Amino acid sequence: MNVPVEITINGKTFSDEVEPRQLLVHFIRENAVLTGTKVGCDTSQCGSCTITMDGIGIKSCTTLTVQADGSSITTVEGLSNGIELHPLQEAFWNKHGLQCGFCTPGMLMATSELLRTNPDPTREEIRAGLEGNICRCTGYQNIVLAVEEAARTMGG
Amino acid sequence: MYATQTEYYRADSVDNAISLLTQHEDAKILAGGHSLIPLMKLRLAAPAALIDIGRIGNIKGVDQGDATITIGALTTHAEIAASDAVKTNCPILAEAAGMVGDPAVRNRGTIGGNIAHSDPASDLPAVLTALNARLNITGPNGTRREPVSGFIEGLMQNNLEATEIMTSVEVPRKQPYQGMAYAKFEHPASRYAVVGAAAMVTVTDGKCTAASVAIGGVESKPTVGNSVQASLIGSAPTDAVLDEAANSILDDIGDDVLGDIFASAEYRKAMTVVYLRKALVSAVERAG
Amino acid sequence: MTTRVFSSGIRRREDPRLITGRASYTDDIKLQGMANAAILRSPYAHAKITNIDTSAAESQPGVLAVFTGKDIEGHLNPIPTAWLIPDSDLKTPDHPAIAKDTVRYVGDAVAVVVAESRYQAEDALEHIDADYEPLDVVINPKAAAQDGAPQIHDDVPNNIAFHWVVAGGDIEEAFEKADVVVKDTINLQRLIPNAMEPRSAIAQWVGATGDLTLWSTSQNPHIARFLTSVVTDVGEHKIRVIAPEVGGGFGSKIPYYADEAITSFCSMQLGIPVKWTETRSENYQATIHGRDHVEEVEMAATKDGSILGIRTTVYAGLGAYLSTAGPGIPTILHGLMYSGSYDIPAVHGDVYGVFNNATPVDAYRGAGRPEATMIVERLVDLVAAKTGLDPVYIRHRNFIDPFDEDHDVVTGITYDSGNYAAVLSKATGHIDYDGLREEQKKLHKEGRYIGIGVCSYVEICGLGPSQVAGAVGFQGGLWESAIVRFHPTGKVSVMIGSSPHGQGEETTFAQIMAGELGVDVDDVDVIHGDTANTPMGWGTYGSRTTAVSGAAVVMAARKLKDKAKTLAAHLLEAAAEDILYEDGKFFVKGSPDQHKTIQDIALMANLAWDMPEGMEPGFEANAFYDPPNFTYPFGSHIAVVEVDPTTGQIELQRYLAVDDCGVQINPMIVEGQVHGGVVQGAGPVLWEGAVHDEDGQLLTGSMLDYALPRADKLPDIEVLSNTTESPHHPLGVKGIGEAGTIASTSAIYNAAMDALRPLGVNGIDMPLTPEKVWRAINQSKNGG
Repeated sequence: MNVPVEITINGKTFSDEVEPRQLLVHFIRENAVLTGTKVGCDTSQCGSCTITMDGIGIKSCTTLTVQADGSSITTVEGLSNGIELHPLQEAFWNKHGLQCGFCTPGMLMATSELLRTNPDPTREEIRAGLEGNICRCTGYQNIVLAVEEAARTMGG
Repeated sequence: MYATQTEYYRADSVDNAISLLTQHEDAKILAGGHSLIPLMKLRLAAPAALIDIGRIGNIKGVDQGDATITIGALTTHAEIAASDAVKTNCPILAEAAGMVGDPAVRNRGTIGGNIAHSDPASDLPAVLTALNARLNITGPNGTRREPVSGFIEGLMQNNLEATEIMTSVEVPRKQPYQGMAYAKFEHPASRYAVVGAAAMVTVTDGKCTAASVAIGGVESKPTVGNSVQASLIGSAPTDAVLDEAANSILDDIGDDVLGDIFASAEYRKAMTVVYLRKALVSAVERAG
Repeated sequence: MTTRVFSSGIRRREDPRLITGRASYTDDIKLQGMANAAILRSPYAHAKITNIDTSAAESQPGVLAVFTGKDIEGHLNPIPTAWLIPDSDLKTPDHPAIAKDTVRYVGDAVAVVVAESRYQAEDALEHIDADYEPLDVVINPKAAAQDGAPQIHDDVPNNIAFHWVVAGGDIEEAFEKADVVVKDTINLQRLIPNAMEPRSAIAQWVGATGDLTLWSTSQNPHIARFLTSVVTDVGEHKIRVIAPEVGGGFGSKIPYYADEAITSFCSMQLGIPVKWTETRSENYQATIHGRDHVEEVEMAATKDGSILGIRTTVYAGLGAYLSTAGPGIPTILHGLMYSGSYDIPAVHGDVYGVFNNATPVDAYRGAGRPEATMIVERLVDLVAAKTGLDPVYIRHRNFIDPFDEDHDVVTGITYDSGNYAAVLSKATGHIDYDGLREEQKKLHKEGRYIGIGVCSYVEICGLGPSQVAGAVGFQGGLWESAIVRFHPTGKVSVMIGSSPHGQGEETTFAQIMAGELGVDVDDVDVIHGDTANTPMGWGTYGSRTTAVSGAAVVMAARKLKDKAKTLAAHLLEAAAEDILYEDGKFFVKGSPDQHKTIQDIALMANLAWDMPEGMEPGFEANAFYDPPNFTYPFGSHIAVVEVDPTTGQIELQRYLAVDDCGVQINPMIVEGQVHGGVVQGAGPVLWEGAVHDEDGQLLTGSMLDYALPRADKLPDIEVLSNTTESPHHPLGVKGIGEAGTIASTSAIYNAAMDALRPLGVNGIDMPLTPEKVWRAINQSKNGG
């Protein structure tokens, strides 16, 4: 039987009735029609689905929509303030931290989480903080440099 | 990627959760979901109902007591790794919790869920076994307190009844002159423990007076290092002593050793010695 | 002002939509009335389908239709291969889009369910009753070619789809003369490409007009259109293929897949749009794999390190069916590079393309060249080990001397330009190679084992001259075309037939326009991916986009420059030969204030109020560029690893890439390609490899078991470059997309072998998992 949920994403509240088995990432992509968050694997490894829920970075493919009822979510579409890019977005752009762009939303949300818990990370800590996100294009090098730049800009 | 249909119930208290479990056959507890949901997505688990306990507030959090620390079953690995109380008073648990999965997984996975899953490849069962942790479990007939080593019975098997839930985990506070370390041989794909060695040693007046060792990833449930303990106690923790102690884990490992395409049983056994040694060296250093 | 933009690392025009999550990839697209498909795939690697009953599935909630192999008969032609290599006795057995009688690999499509939601479609799959009679299975390519191996296709004895030979010089003499002969068997494991975006297709058939639109994660929409027409019999002019944002390909999105045909068929049957997207586990079975070679190789040399010849026998696994470009990968793109950067007088290779009961194999980053480079560079290191000569010394000793154009090699091709010694010297100088060797000796005394590995590569890319394409059996051209259109306001649209998916050509081609005609990069829009608004082209792969498509843009821009000069002369009332051009301005020689900007010209040409006699209005040009030769980027990479003998674990500690890809339009993008390529080549050495059991089950069926490179296991990659222009490319560009991968597998493998040699280990099959390394060390310790 379907379950009613109310989930706020990037400041907008979405109310709907969902199957309990629906993954949060599917709710975000299909019910809320925010397709920035991606599905890249089916074993919780790749991190393309990373979002922020109630201020904490999580994998939306390993969470059910019903678990997110009443929560406040930020996806990549909500990262900028609508006028200016988030320092991480700016840094990824400056440092060529993306190529095909598919892993990028997840990378941005995961690195945003990294900088939340560790505002001044060493290069090694950045690499460790990316262990849950896979990129096949960049070899990670410029992603690491982008996070370093963003940390500097954000005053870490 | 697409789980089978299931019913969903949200429990607002432990008692409510137990009552829901009693009412619904073939129901599974949903906490962080990071063991269950991956199985459901691959259709390796297809419960008829999910009992979501994620919002029960009184089984979450770290409570520092005089002799023990009580950790609510819903406390996440990230919370445990970041907790000052755990970092100071039970550092091996903070260390191991910080190695589970990856940062996002640690933000959702819970200590209760991890133990209830009883996967030999996960990190906490071995660490909690070495710590001689106690699990508080509540069911329709009341509460019981169970040592971890008795709780886990085999591969993904434990003595949790269908209508019981774990409410908290108790671990002892670090003793003076005690050092502890967790050394993990991480699977390069899954990040699970191929071998996870938990070692705790107490060194007083240059001699090892207490030790507790448990290994994950090698057998279907954590291997208790009785021989290692026996080998260490009473001796000065020199390189030679630690070498021999690490080697003696082979006496504690039974015949049914896990193996897969990445690491065979033989290799796992050999690596147990190597990683146990790393953990012992580190624990001795930290014993100060 | 704007010409400075060429050769500058400006940030990409692509990025704003990607970093804000606003880009549309195929699975992001939803059409009105769209249904969703799920494909039932064979759980057996080789079996007869004895019965299939879809009736229960058809009545499941939300299900609109269920189709099997019987239903597509008369509607879908077999999926073709498009590379018919000549002189190889090539066999091309049929590949039905949905298997009807026989399944030949785990993943072979058996039925398709179309339902309202994907969840419902997946549920319905479980209600399809399919019965199989298992047959014997063979996975190893060499085993599959032996007498007695299970026969996978009726008319292909010994499962040998082709036998291709490359030969030059006198190989018998080479081995007779040799003082030193080294041999190896290189088992190049199957790799799973793992582009981060799973494949997806949306088909929309409109019966009333006979139009078929296919959104597809394709690297080559025009080829997809061509092949959709061949398979569905819908006229090519009635098919539109759109590759929206595509999330990586690495070759795995070149082929035309059964899944795209199936999706098209579903839409044609139901008259509504139908979407299919693979899950990652499905991708591991249904998307092409790379490599899968068993290579028996040997090199003949003199005792002072001069290479006399290379001889190989290669069994190249093709999978269960021939993929679109499958036959050309272990042959044309592989064997022709057997002499590498060296002056080798004799070469002989026998390549057998062999069917096996696994996922079809096709191009995967480097496509044939990492395999060739691995053979050459491994053998060179073995010669070094046997003769006691330093691996760097031997390479220098055998390099082809520097050349600016046209050097013929023994395999029959002609390299364009090269300076192999320069890049190796640059690499060894930068990393202090001699110092590293000293360090190695010192650490050895401490019981630590580091290894230094070198790879000097040259590769063939920038595909390619169409005449050669025809000669080698590629069923397409390899030219490219571009349309450069100036709008009245002076803004520019550049429409190309290639289809970038992360390589940055929306930026670099704008930089080309800035360099050629002085326009601001922000005034240029590069359009690609949709066959409805782009000219014909052959796609993005084989490091060809800038080399070929970019050249077409240049040629079109230069046509416009000529037109602009003539129009400027007319408007400035000067003689054509008195008009000079600089940085977007056309001015009269001697009076620079008398000028017209390119924007003035664009406006005047579009208005056509005052045109010279015979000049057509408008300011648009197109060009078709057919490269006169392939391009041959080259380089030397050096890797440093440390092996822990107690665990067998290998740590990649340092990696230096020195590449020469000719002129670089955007060094930041070039460097990014090297980073990504290097890491993708590191994967197979240390972590990656598809593993099947004897029943053909893919044991590495998900990311839980198939280990991909991650950030915390990699060092920073040092990148240097050298510039030897391609003599035939209008800008001197060669291409860089695959070079990193072509080099790094060899460099890191050689480094690992260098570390292990003192431990008595001379060779281990990749991936060098800790257990394999540990066993090899222990075996050698025990005299095994």
